[in-house]
Amino acid sequence: MRNNSSKRKTERKRRSGIINLLARLLKEKPLGAVGLLITLLLLLVGIFANFIAPYGMNAVAAGPSLSAPSIHFWLGTDNLGRDLLSRIIYGARISVIVGLVGAAISVVLSTIIGILSAYIGGAFDLIVQRIVDAWMCIPPLILMMVLISMVGPGMWQVIIIMGLSFGITGSRIVRSSTLSMKANMYLQASRALGCSNIRILTKHILPNIMSTIIILFSTLVPTMILTEASLSFLGFGIAPPAPSWGGMLTGSARNYMFLAPWLVIWPGVALSIVVYGVNVFGDALRDLLDPRLMGGVGRYGVKIKKGDTVKSKLAARSDG
Amino acid sequence: MRVYIIRRLLLIIPTILLTSIIIFITIRLIPGSIIDIMVAQFGAYAKVDKAEVESELGLNVPIYIQYGRWVGVVPQADGKISGVLEGNLGDSLWHGTPVISEIGSSWPVTFELAVLGLIISQAIALPIGIYSSIRQDTWGDYVARTFAILCMAVPGFWLGTMIVVFPSIWWGYSPPITLIPFITNPIGNLKMFIIPAIVLGMGMAGISMRMTRTMMLEVLRQDYIRTAWAKGLKERVVVMRHALRNALIPVITIIGMQMPVMVGGEVIIENIFNLPGMGRLITTATLDRDYTVVSGAMIVFGIVMVLINLLVDLTYGYLDPRVNYK
Repeated sequence: MRNNSSKRKTERKRRSGIINLLARLLKEKPLGAVGLLITLLLLLVGIFANFIAPYGMNAVAAGPSLSAPSIHFWLGTDNLGRDLLSRIIYGARISVIVGLVGAAISVVLSTIIGILSAYIGGAFDLIVQRIVDAWMCIPPLILMMVLISMVGPGMWQVIIIMGLSFGITGSRIVRSSTLSMKANMYLQASRALGCSNIRILTKHILPNIMSTIIILFSTLVPTMILTEASLSFLGFGIAPPAPSWGGMLTGSARNYMFLAPWLVIWPGVALSIVVYGVNVFGDALRDLLDPRLMGGVGRYGVKIKKGDTVKSKLAARSDG
Repeated sequence: MRVYIIRRLLLIIPTILLTSIIIFITIRLIPGSIIDIMVAQFGAYAKVDKAEVESELGLNVPIYIQYGRWVGVVPQADGKISGVLEGNLGDSLWHGTPVISEIGSSWPVTFELAVLGLIISQAIALPIGIYSSIRQDTWGDYVARTFAILCMAVPGFWLGTMIVVFPSIWWGYSPPITLIPFITNPIGNLKMFIIPAIVLGMGMAGISMRMTRTMMLEVLRQDYIRTAWAKGLKERVVVMRHALRNALIPVITIIGMQMPVMVGGEVIIENIFNLPGMGRLITTATLDRDYTVVSGAMIVFGIVMVLINLLVDLTYGYLDPRVNYK
């Protein structure tokens, strides 16, 4: 006989899924909440850069060149008289786009290659894995330098090249996940029932490796931001005058950095804070979403509250 | 075991082959071929015949013949066979010096930087990782984890730039410029390498710290550790002698996987601190479109990476008696 009260309770739980997650984040992982704040700040600054920045992105001669931080120019100006604070704010937009889009491209590519390689198996898998091996042998920064030289500097070129490069290396992780999924008996049962391959892939394998994919995405976003900064630093990334944080540390800034150290301090500080925040948030999210750690009795160091028994917990649950 | 090693060594060959093909093709696809650059640079002084330069550099044949010549299966223009398989990596297209000698003079710098960076990164990461795991969720743990993520978040090129800029502004200090080989003067050599190695090591230490902590946490929950505690052993004995050995095995794998990434870090460090290593060699060669130098250097990198992977796997098999390589 259906129990109407339990139906009501599950409805309530489903509605507050995200809020539940947020509440757990704030309660159990305060550091993760700080990371979330930083990530949100980055997103907001990136999206609303036009409204926040006091001067333009490339407003040459807005002020005296190489002036120290002052009331008018909170972080000083560079050798062309551009306000550093505005350029850092616009740089946030570049970082957001590069981080999110690059990670998305990379994860999609990893998933396709990894799942196909693991699922089809056989000679196809062998060949693809040899190619991935060869790709992984090449130091990624150098490979991307060569590829960027091929297509020229620019934001979308950098995003696609980085997405391609990390996508191929990330396919290993997806492939190992899929391989462990493939061993499950119920896949064979499905096939015996007549499931087509596409159906097995989308309905059985993909949802189960979704947690791996999310974890991959959350690790890739800060990696993308840092790699783009490194590439721009070496001159193989986003070309000036675009205010990429990495690019602001090189080129003309290196000529003047002894005279005007603020030119090289603040982009690096921004990078550090952003990558730190996204990393910490990603960590906290992973910890919260990891099914192995849920229901934490028996964890090393977890204190069991007195009176917590299975009976009392069941009683509490059926009240809802 | 021997069969496994032989099999792995044989598998290196197609991997390296594929790597070399990828690099060979991509570098030649970069716009602005070396011929154009040379003509642009020297055309003002003397009359440069494009076709002559092309044939002299061996670029007037199709790309697959160029590749065959480079590998050493297709005879060169003068009829002899000399290529990678014969141990000849070709000559630099710009300077005419053999690629092997260019690599040979820049390789020690990169190697020393890598070794020092590795030592420093593990010296930082292991103690902090272990401490963080045995005092989980205390303030010390939070500080250690924050430090680990900061190590990963702070860009190496920024840290290096700060280290170059601020001592210069505050104390008028500038890092030494001339390279002192290790053999003639170890102290002077180390003085030059220690700061770049610290910057490189700190970048790698972050991941190592976290991995050590994770693995130690997993191992510390095992039953045999509980037995060790129950026997009344001191904490240090339990951690060092029982837990650490088992936890470190995956950490070695991670270190092996970090090697290619470390090379990228080295390119940046060599750029900032002006060290004449292979990172700088490749960067300059890519900008100059010196195809042979880039191909040769990448082959060397590829072989080294693959050998390091093999070494890591063998170490893994040696340390963990459950792993059985047939």
